[in-house]
Amino acid sequence: MGMTMAEKVLARASGREEVTPGEYVTASIDCAMVHEGLAAVYVTLLGAGISSVWDPDRIVAVLDHAVPAPNERYANIHKLVREAVKKLGIKNYYGERAGICHQVMVERGHVAPGMLIVGTDSHSTTYGALGAAGTGIGFTEMAYVFATGKLWFRVPETIRFELEGELPYRVSAKDVILYLIGKYSSEAAQYKAVEFAGSVAEELSIDGRMTISNMAMEMGAKFAFFEPDGKTVKYLEGVVEGGEALKADGDAEYEEVYRENLSGLEPQVAAPFTVDNVYPVSKFEGKRVDQGVIGSCTNGRIEDLRVAAEILDGREVHPDVRLLVIPASWKIYREALEEGILTTLIEAGAIICNPGCGPCFGAHMGLLASGETCIASINRNFRGRMGSYDAEVYLASPATVAASCVEGKIADPRRY
Amino acid sequence: MLKAKGRVWKFGDNIDTDLITPGKYMDLPIDELKRHVLEAVNPEFAAKVKPGDVIVAGRNFGCGSSRETAPQAIKALGVGAIVAESFARIFFRNAVAIGLPVISCPNVAEAFDNGDEAEVDIEKAEVRNLTKNVTLKATPLSEDIKKVILKGGIVPLLKELAEEQGGKAQ
Repeated sequence: MGMTMAEKVLARASGREEVTPGEYVTASIDCAMVHEGLAAVYVTLLGAGISSVWDPDRIVAVLDHAVPAPNERYANIHKLVREAVKKLGIKNYYGERAGICHQVMVERGHVAPGMLIVGTDSHSTTYGALGAAGTGIGFTEMAYVFATGKLWFRVPETIRFELEGELPYRVSAKDVILYLIGKYSSEAAQYKAVEFAGSVAEELSIDGRMTISNMAMEMGAKFAFFEPDGKTVKYLEGVVEGGEALKADGDAEYEEVYRENLSGLEPQVAAPFTVDNVYPVSKFEGKRVDQGVIGSCTNGRIEDLRVAAEILDGREVHPDVRLLVIPASWKIYREALEEGILTTLIEAGAIICNPGCGPCFGAHMGLLASGETCIASINRNFRGRMGSYDAEVYLASPATVAASCVEGKIADPRRY
Repeated sequence: MLKAKGRVWKFGDNIDTDLITPGKYMDLPIDELKRHVLEAVNPEFAAKVKPGDVIVAGRNFGCGSSRETAPQAIKALGVGAIVAESFARIFFRNAVAIGLPVISCPNVAEAFDNGDEAEVDIEKAEVRNLTKNVTLKATPLSEDIKKVILKGGIVPLLKELAEEQGGKAQ
């Protein structure tokens, strides 16, 4: 019987000819990614009496969640991370001047098609955009991976989304994934892998695919694959060598195959406080906003900044609104600088912050006061996610955020 | 411990890990962090929960961020077990990894009211409402998962590994 992409990766990583959904395998990890969570992993290892790791070359450490440190406690966490990097001999360390871990992983050549990657971050599904099996784990399991290079997995069932048609003007990858989460629910892919295929998937850039694989986590996905193609090869040229041409078999068995024609898709918005509370932008048009955020591992890439600059070019951010723009990495920051995007955004009144997670998870900067409303290109709108329990976060594409910041209220980007 | 008996604290669907341990408190030591657990949903919970008490919840408990502080802080409060209609994947793994008993159980949310007495038996995969005298069948955990919970999580396994290999695990 044929295998899905998830089954192929787990079979290869566990030294089997084939695997079937529901069985448990112990797989060898190709790459382990840690951010500030390394501090907890390190403390756990030391507490267990383990002082060396299975393969320092296969570990990547990034500082991204709170850089530069906003307080003394985070400064101490960062200090512990640096100590861990030295003591454990971790070769691939990117400190404060790299960017958000998932973007850095891809840019610096740690992700290739067919790899099995675990990260101490739920959005590690992002690597699926390049055909890698990426998934999030906690720090205790990561300590086990550091010590042994292995982890158990339940072989997941796979859901396939066939995305057909052509995306309309100002409708992007973010709108696609919000629409799918809204329609199929935040549990649609619980414990499962997903594969995205069809003409829309093929047409999307790698940036767009990363947005979708990233947010597939919000429907519970364990892995979120796009089949590597010519675009993948081109994107990774000069960045990483190797990788297999991972492809699902024609006779692979799927738990569900959903077909969607997206030619008529409208810009989508997820209202508080769950990511599957999704409606077309028209439902919320006119709702006043206090803050806009364009950034995060979901939508802080060059395409995202580019569309924001297109919309804000020659316009101004509404005087009652603060717009924070946070490039996902220093590479993107520099590209945006060279393309003139940053100048356009600054002239429009945006605040450019240094690459990192920014306000997305509510522990760094740009947080919300009680009663405030934010429209953000991030991935979660949970209660208290970005500051006050009494603030609201609406999730949307960078285009919708930019248009909304011009008008001072939630707005349809197709007018721009 | 594969059994828990205590007062039920009931929560709804989609209780995310930001609600359990909010980002703004994430850098606090666990003994301070635990005082904020689920405060946006039930401000009394963290102050009043007693060792052995049971969390009963709806679907998708622990969704969102992979932060292990979520099960860690719940465990630090002394919660004996979490029974939910379903769990988000990473939370479930993290709970097992630190030896916090978790088990999914269809229809559990409607079988309990806040404040009922519950008895949870992970070994038998049974959840009893002692107040209403109802017994529900939970979804059995695999033998391997039960073993990890019984051992107290992965750290004891790592310690064994370290002893076997003199600090150099391979």
